[in-house]
Amino acid sequence: MNLHEYQGKELLKKYGVTVQEGVVVDDLSKLEEAYHQLKDSTGTDFAVIKAQIHAGGRGKGGGVKLAKNFSEVEEHANNILGMMLKTPQTPGGMDGEGKLVRKILLAEDVYAPDFDANEEIYVSILNDRERKRNVIIYSTEGGMDIETVAEETPEKVFKEFIDPELGLLPFQSRKIAFNLGLSGTAFKGMVKFLTSLYAAFTGTDSSMFEINPVLKTGDDRILAVDCKVSIDDNALFRHKDIAALRDEHEEDAMEVEARKYGLSYVKLDGNVGCMVNGAGLAMATMDMIKLYGGEPANFLDVGGTADAERVEQAFKIILNDPNVKAILINIFGGIVRCDRVANGVIQAAKNISIDVPVIVRLQGTNADIAKKLIDESGLKVQSAIMLQDAAELVQKALDGAEA
Amino acid sequence: MSVLVNKNSKIIVQGFTGTEGTFHAGQMIEYGSNVVGGVTPGKGGQTHLDRPVFNTVADAVTETGADVSIIFVPPAFAADAIMESVDAGIKTIIAITEGIPVQDMVKAKAYAEDFDCRLVGPNCPGVITPEEAKVGIMPGFVFKKGNIGIVSKSGTLTYEAADQIVKAGLGISTAIGIGGDPIIGTTTKDAIELFMNDPETKGIVMIGEIGGNLEANAARWYKENGNKPVVGFIAGQTAPKGRTMGHAGAIIGGADDTAEAKMRIMEECGITVVKSPADIGETMAKIMNGQG
Repeated sequence: MNLHEYQGKELLKKYGVTVQEGVVVDDLSKLEEAYHQLKDSTGTDFAVIKAQIHAGGRGKGGGVKLAKNFSEVEEHANNILGMMLKTPQTPGGMDGEGKLVRKILLAEDVYAPDFDANEEIYVSILNDRERKRNVIIYSTEGGMDIETVAEETPEKVFKEFIDPELGLLPFQSRKIAFNLGLSGTAFKGMVKFLTSLYAAFTGTDSSMFEINPVLKTGDDRILAVDCKVSIDDNALFRHKDIAALRDEHEEDAMEVEARKYGLSYVKLDGNVGCMVNGAGLAMATMDMIKLYGGEPANFLDVGGTADAERVEQAFKIILNDPNVKAILINIFGGIVRCDRVANGVIQAAKNISIDVPVIVRLQGTNADIAKKLIDESGLKVQSAIMLQDAAELVQKALDGAEA
Repeated sequence: MSVLVNKNSKIIVQGFTGTEGTFHAGQMIEYGSNVVGGVTPGKGGQTHLDRPVFNTVADAVTETGADVSIIFVPPAFAADAIMESVDAGIKTIIAITEGIPVQDMVKAKAYAEDFDCRLVGPNCPGVITPEEAKVGIMPGFVFKKGNIGIVSKSGTLTYEAADQIVKAGLGISTAIGIGGDPIIGTTTKDAIELFMNDPETKGIVMIGEIGGNLEANAARWYKENGNKPVVGFIAGQTAPKGRTMGHAGAIIGGADDTAEAKMRIMEECGITVVKSPADIGETMAKIMNGQG
């Protein structure tokens, strides 16, 4: 689960991580109050307006602006709040529709007074799958896309692996701070920053922290100017407070709907909807749709119990996408018997009107009985037992739709 | 011969008396697996499915001589259950549980490293050696005995592959579901190595998916050490970057995580890669019949 910048910063602060201070605003009528609250704590008229959406590169689309006084704050806030912000990471990229900005963060201008005296640093923490431990990735080249830095100047990207039983050790924090070329107050600040940041990472069961940039100010303070925080979904059961931060506006509405019914759904851009049991088989089914001339419209895993209710919900979710020209249901019935799945499909198909070809492939226990049930149901549903046959039926259905 | 589990395996079930544990332990017993008991803390001394229940894995090992454990414990307690099994001296630990927090698995994995044991999973369908032992949740009837080893990250896709292998006139020595989580015990490479050393296994099906570098590592090991044919498939050729596809570990991060990159590396290392999941069985049959 991803958090907004302002939510991430609040979490970090709880663990003693120094952050760029700010006040979140979702309504322009509260702007003046927020501005004065911020001004009282920072002692300057300057403020930064930052759009709060789940996507990086917000500055590129005009979602981050510096204001020198309240009238500029008002002007930028007016423009940004409610805008469709396009960034390289929003759906469709800079040419796409963008994402609606529902909240802005009115933040401290931490770069003042001497912009050139600042240094931007990159720090992220994540789990390294191969080494099976957490790793801190850091670089002196903050404020830039780290993948570009890693490609062009790999010698400037460092990694520090953390022992899962011992945690981040003091010498490791010192090593990182030295490698970043820090000394004196800034060195001490960075050691404390890293210690707190790592405690926050493990304490919140996060799967990724990306602090880009971490700022070393002209007066040697170290603080997080931006933060991307992803929490391990599997661990949310023990972090009810964090689970409550989920912003469903930032997710695809159908994906949210699917989750309610225990379906795992990801919307794609193709023309063949699919409904499969098991994530691996679902991906394989999508691949086969492509090999046979279609494009998958979605990933959908109905899970272990493909009963009538779930199949019906899955149908509704798939049919909500107007691009869908055919639907392929691929269920490998193991413990679940195919004839029961077939009955579920028939019942679901009768409850909702389906005007695109449906191909059902049921394999496993009682596959023959299931095929017979489908064939004799009177529904305009085609059935197959072998995967290959199902793919060919999809191909035919698509050819028919084009003709 | 076979790998990991066989008819002599003495199996205990952790989370024995729960809904999942009860159902699947029953199916395993029906299949003929040698289930010698189970563990549910607080229910020690009772009998369940005609087998003894123990409070701790250590008690179960002392009383039954168990050497294989299968875990159905809920996600919040599953990493602890793995470590309990490790500590009690279980040699093969198969964790079925889906949804274990990553940081819990990091700890369990580090803990297990100091012991002589093998972890399979979590978030996996388990391991089956046909006609000998089913230690998992797979439909046993799909897996007919033979000499093809299967290693896979996925559940139903494993059944699909096994079904094709059987329909192509071959059979399975052992099928290992290694699981779709980012942190797992037995890797693809470990499984391939087990099959290479198993005289009964003559060919191997290797099924991977997007995310991580298990398949690439296995392929590179195979290039140096392999002497049996391997047919490979990677699911997720059409998956978009940055989206998790059901399995927690199935997400394209960098350029090497894509299906295309993995398939290329596998081919370069001498693995026969099929693009369509429908071709796994036929391709293996052609190779085994000397037409490949």
